Amino acid sequence: MSADLAAAAKSASPPGDDKAAISVKDMRKSFGDHEVLKGISLEAHKGDVISILGSSGSGKSTFLRCINLLELPDSGEVRVDGELIRMKQGRDGRQMPADIRQVERVRANLAMVFQSFNLWSHMTVLENLVAAPTHVLKRPRAECLEQAEALLKRVGIWERRNYYPPHMSGGQQQRAAIARALAMNPKVMLFDEPTSALDPELVGEVLRVMRSLAEEGRTMLVVTHEMGFARDVSSQVMFLHKGEVDSLGEPKEMFARPPTQQFKQFIANFNK
Amino acid sequence: MDSNFYLSTIWSVLKALPLTLEIWLFGVAIGLVIASGLTWMRASGYKLGEYFARAYVFVFRGSPLLVQLYLIYFGLSQFDFVRHSPILWPILRDPMYCTILAMALNTAAYSSEIFRGALRAVPVGQIEAAKAFGMPTFTRFRLVTLPIALRLALPAYSTEIILMTKATALASMVTIMEMMGTAQKIQHDTFRPIEVLTCAGVIYLLLNLSIARLFAFVEYLLSPHLRPPPEQSQQIKPVPEVL
Repeated sequence: MSADLAAAAKSASPPGDDKAAISVKDMRKSFGDHEVLKGISLEAHKGDVISILGSSGSGKSTFLRCINLLELPDSGEVRVDGELIRMKQGRDGRQMPADIRQVERVRANLAMVFQSFNLWSHMTVLENLVAAPTHVLKRPRAECLEQAEALLKRVGIWERRNYYPPHMSGGQQQRAAIARALAMNPKVMLFDEPTSALDPELVGEVLRVMRSLAEEGRTMLVVTHEMGFARDVSSQVMFLHKGEVDSLGEPKEMFARPPTQQFKQFIANFNK
Repeated sequence: MDSNFYLSTIWSVLKALPLTLEIWLFGVAIGLVIASGLTWMRASGYKLGEYFARAYVFVFRGSPLLVQLYLIYFGLSQFDFVRHSPILWPILRDPMYCTILAMALNTAAYSSEIFRGALRAVPVGQIEAAKAFGMPTFTRFRLVTLPIALRLALPAYSTEIILMTKATALASMVTIMEMMGTAQKIQHDTFRPIEVLTCAGVIYLLLNLSIARLFAFVEYLLSPHLRPPPEQSQQIKPVPEVL
């Protein structure tokens, strides 16, 4: 199985590009006695859009959150653009970042979009977009404002730029959150179930924005339940089952001929 | 009804208002500084700091302010080393300083609990977003945690401030002629407790009303996101199919 996976991962990478935008090796994570991630590896190259699927409890969100260390993995390696996030042994025996500055620098390159948007509620939309670029990347405010307005136009909520997040619909908030992530000019974008908290009729507007990002060649890791997005937009699909990579491959192939019984069952449940 | 007596009493008590305000302002301000320190100790994760802050809150929240004031003013001067200390004695022999100190120590205990609660109530997602965008700890605190916690703390903290306004009346017990002390003196001189105390009560009432309004205004300024949204005059365009 693991040889197959390695081969699949390799075949998906463009030739001649050996520096992956993001590479995760053998990531493990337990909550108490419960092992949520049992050694997960993944490689994404520039322009890859990898959909991470799995039923609830399969560890897909935890995996994503372990990449930017919102959760601390117990073991495993994360490299962003070739740079290894250095870890050390904490006093309690668990792994912890060796250099928090490095983590912050890497995080700034890995913008995240959350299931519940997590826009800063006391700031207007525009302030939300400007906060991190000015205070983390130290870019001039005027330049950030200009970029922020352009991004808001792009996601179609420029008219709402002076609104506070609670005054907008879920779809608008999530588009604002995507614009906030884009404002960092990230190398890789992490999406943690970006449409799961939305009313069904608002899902489309967010998926359209994400599709346009995929089309312009952004590198994206997307934890999602949107089978349509996984099948049509992503360049690779990774299916997690009980904390392990059950299958990984080209979406068309995966959906046409499910490689495992688990994945077959999983998509059958969605088509019901 | 003797309106002249009312007017003269109100005027006399009002003349003591600056002193009341002085005790209140310094007590609250110094208390705020101590409370911030205590909150930091509680939140920092250092066991020693946490235990100290817990013990502090236990003592100063659990005993009457009047007991604390008496202990500081009458009690501490019993010790020789206090009377001979060039730093402590100038402070502790002065009833004004003692009152401010007692108020500050007392309100710090309450306020630190209010702040601790507010910090804990900041939604995790808001902090996670700040982390995920690479904000260093202090930036994160300044831009996200503190502004949100402040808004959460304000209603309870304004109540504490109003309690402190009323607590300034205790200063009269250690010889300070602030509003309550002044009122008591007039009462003793004239034997007209109803009129005098009513005047004092009304002034306290109006003072607290203005403080409450002031806080309500600050709260209003800080919470545009909690008010109904502005009139939706601009029609929002749908996302274009091709971006």
